[in-house]
Amino acid sequence: MDLAVFLVQCLNAVQYGLLLFLVASGLTLIFGILGVINLAHGSFYMIGAYLAYALAPWAAAHLGGGFFTALLIGLVLSVAFGYVLEWAFVSYLYHRDHLQQVLMTYGLILVFEELRSILAGDDVHGVPPPSWLAGSIPLGHVMTYPVYRLFMSGVCVVVALGLYAIIARTRLGMAIRAGASNREMVQALGVDIRFLYRIVFAAGVALAVLAGMIAAPVSSVYPGMGNQVLIVSFVVVVIGGIGSIRGALVASLLVGFVDTFGNVLIPQVAGVLVYVLMAAVLLWRPEGLFRAG
Amino acid sequence: MKFRRQTFAAVLAAGAFCMAAAGAHAQSKVKVGFMLPYTGTYAALGNAIENGFRLYVQEQGGKLGGREVEYFKVDDESEPSKAVDNMNKLVKRDNVDVVVGTVHSGVVMAMAKVAKDTNTLLVVPNAGAGAVTGPMCAPNIFRSSFSNWQPGYAMGKVAGEKGAKKVVTITWKYAAGDESVEGFREGLKSAGGDVVKELTLPFPNVEFQALLTEIAATKPDAVYAFFAGGGAVKFVKDYAAAGLNKTIPLYGPGFLTDGTLEAQGAAAQGMLTTLHYADGLDVPKDKAFRADYTKTYKSAPDVYAVQGYDAAQMLGAGLLAVKGDVSKRNDLIAAMEKAHIDSPRGAFTLSKAHNPVQDIYLRKVVGNENHVEGVAVKALADPARGCKM
Repeated sequence: MDLAVFLVQCLNAVQYGLLLFLVASGLTLIFGILGVINLAHGSFYMIGAYLAYALAPWAAAHLGGGFFTALLIGLVLSVAFGYVLEWAFVSYLYHRDHLQQVLMTYGLILVFEELRSILAGDDVHGVPPPSWLAGSIPLGHVMTYPVYRLFMSGVCVVVALGLYAIIARTRLGMAIRAGASNREMVQALGVDIRFLYRIVFAAGVALAVLAGMIAAPVSSVYPGMGNQVLIVSFVVVVIGGIGSIRGALVASLLVGFVDTFGNVLIPQVAGVLVYVLMAAVLLWRPEGLFRAG
Repeated sequence: MKFRRQTFAAVLAAGAFCMAAAGAHAQSKVKVGFMLPYTGTYAALGNAIENGFRLYVQEQGGKLGGREVEYFKVDDESEPSKAVDNMNKLVKRDNVDVVVGTVHSGVVMAMAKVAKDTNTLLVVPNAGAGAVTGPMCAPNIFRSSFSNWQPGYAMGKVAGEKGAKKVVTITWKYAAGDESVEGFREGLKSAGGDVVKELTLPFPNVEFQALLTEIAATKPDAVYAFFAGGGAVKFVKDYAAAGLNKTIPLYGPGFLTDGTLEAQGAAAQGMLTTLHYADGLDVPKDKAFRADYTKTYKSAPDVYAVQGYDAAQMLGAGLLAVKGDVSKRNDLIAAMEKAHIDSPRGAFTLSKAHNPVQDIYLRKVVGNENHVEGVAVKALADPARGCKM
C-alpha cells in the first residue's frame, strides 16, 4: 500500500467513524443517562432516512430549498417525536430491569418496520444530494472523492463539538450529568428530572434521525437499514464507555479504522474484527475507555 | 354440566365430520403449497412469484393436468432457522402434492433436505444456490429459475470478449456471492482473462469506501460485483460517486440492477449485466405474458413473476402427462424432465440435474429498463458439480 492509498483509506476510516459517532452519541446519551437499553435506536436512523426521502421533494415543491429545508423540518419533527415517545413508552422503563426495556424497545422496532412497510413500501429508494454538493474532488489518477461525504464529516464534527460544549459547559449539561449519577438528589435540589430526561431522549432521537437524514443520499433508503447500524452503534457505546460522548467519539473512530483497514488487509476475518476489538477493550477496561460519571 | 358436555361432544363430532367432508372434497384438487416470503425484504418477490404461478393456472382455466388447483400458503420470512418447521406445515399438516418455494438460498437448502427426506415434489422458483441442483439434487427437486453460476459465467465470457484481462471481483462473503464469482472466473478464463483480486466484505455490510479505494489502487480492466437490494443500490452509486465508472467498467449479474433502477438513477446508466430475462425481448410469448400480467395485477411483471409462471408450466407439463394422477410420480417426473417450457424468457429445457438450460441475455441499463443487447451465451447449462443422478 503506497502512501497516497494509505491516506485515502485513513480519510475513509475517519469519515465512516464520524458517521457512526452521530448515531452512537444519541445511543450513549440514552443508555448512559437514562439507563435505558434502546434497541429502537436503529429504527430512528431508518426513520430519518425515510424522512429525507419523503420530505426533500415535498419541501422543494412547497417551501423551496429542498434538502436543507427537509433537514430542518425533519429535526423539528424528530424532537417532537422523541418527546412524545418518551412520554408514552420510555418513561415507564426507568425503574424496570433491562429485560423489560429490551422487550419494549424491540417491540417498537417491529412497529416501526411495519409502519414503514405500510407507508413507504418495501422498495429501495434513492435520495439525490443537494446539487451544489453533488460534485467530487479528484484524488490520485483514478479515484475521486464525493464532496457530499466531506460535507457529512463536517456535519458530524460540528455536532460533536456542539454536544461537547453543551454537556461540559452549560447549566443544562451540568444538570444532565448530575441526573446521570444521582437521579433522586437532582430531584431534591429542585430540578425537574422528568422534563430533563424527556429532553435527553428527544435529543438522542434527533441525533439518530439527523444521522439517517444526512446518510440517506449515500446509503439510499431500504427496509431493515437500521438494524445493521444499531449493532455496530452498540459496539461503539460499549467500547467508548456507556454515557460518555468523548468515549463515543474515540470509539467510533477506532471502529472506523479497524473496519476499514480490516476489510482491506485481512478480509477473511473482517467480519469479526470489530467484535475482537470490543472484547479486547473489555478485557483491558471492563467499563469501556471513558466511563461517564 | 352433563348437557354442556354433550353439546361439546356434538360440536366436536360435527367439526370432525365437516373436516372429513372437506378432505373428501379436496381429493379432486391438486394441492399446491407456496412457501414464499410474504413479509420482510423479499415480500415483493414472493408475491410476484405467486402471481406468476396463478396467472398460468388461470390461463389454463384454473386447472393443471385437468384437475383444479387448491393453494396453501406459508410465509417463510426468509428465515432459514424456521424453514424445516414451515416446510413440515405444508408437507405433513396440509399434505400438499407439490411445494413451490422459495427466494432465499439458505431457506431453500433446508426445504430441499425435507423434500428429499419426505420425497415431496419441490419446484424452486428463485433461489440460485448451486447445491440445489448440485450435491443436493434429487429426482423430485426442480428449479424454474437459474443457478448463481449461470449469469456469472455469461458475464465472465462477455467481459473477456470485450478485452478485460485483469478483473477485480467484489461481493458479500456468503455462498451466493462465492458461486457467482466462481462462475464469472470460469467464463472470464475461457475468454482469455483472469480475476486478479477477490474483494469481499461481511454480509450485509454496505460500507464500500475502503474497497473502492482498493479497486482504484489496483487499476483493473473491469470490476465484477455481486450485490442485491439496498446493497446493490449503494454499491452502484458509491462506485459512480468515486468516479470509477468513468475509467473501469462495472459488470454484474442482473440482480445488481433488477428492480432497483429507480433508486440507482444516473449512476447505473449504461451498465452491462447478464440474466435469463430482460426488458424489450423479441419473444412473442413475453409480449402476451406481459400484457396478461399487467391486465390481471395492474403492475408490470418482473423476472420473479416469470419464474413463478414457469414453475406452474413445468408442473403443468408433468400433470398433463399423467392426467392429473399425482400417484404416478415417476411418469410425472419423466414428463417434467422432458418438457419444453415456452417461457416468456424464451423457450428452455431442463438439464439432467433439473436446472433450466437457457439463454443468458446481455442487458444494458437504459432509463429505468434493463434493455436486451443480445444473447451472452446460448443454451447455457449449469455444470451441476456433485450431482449424482
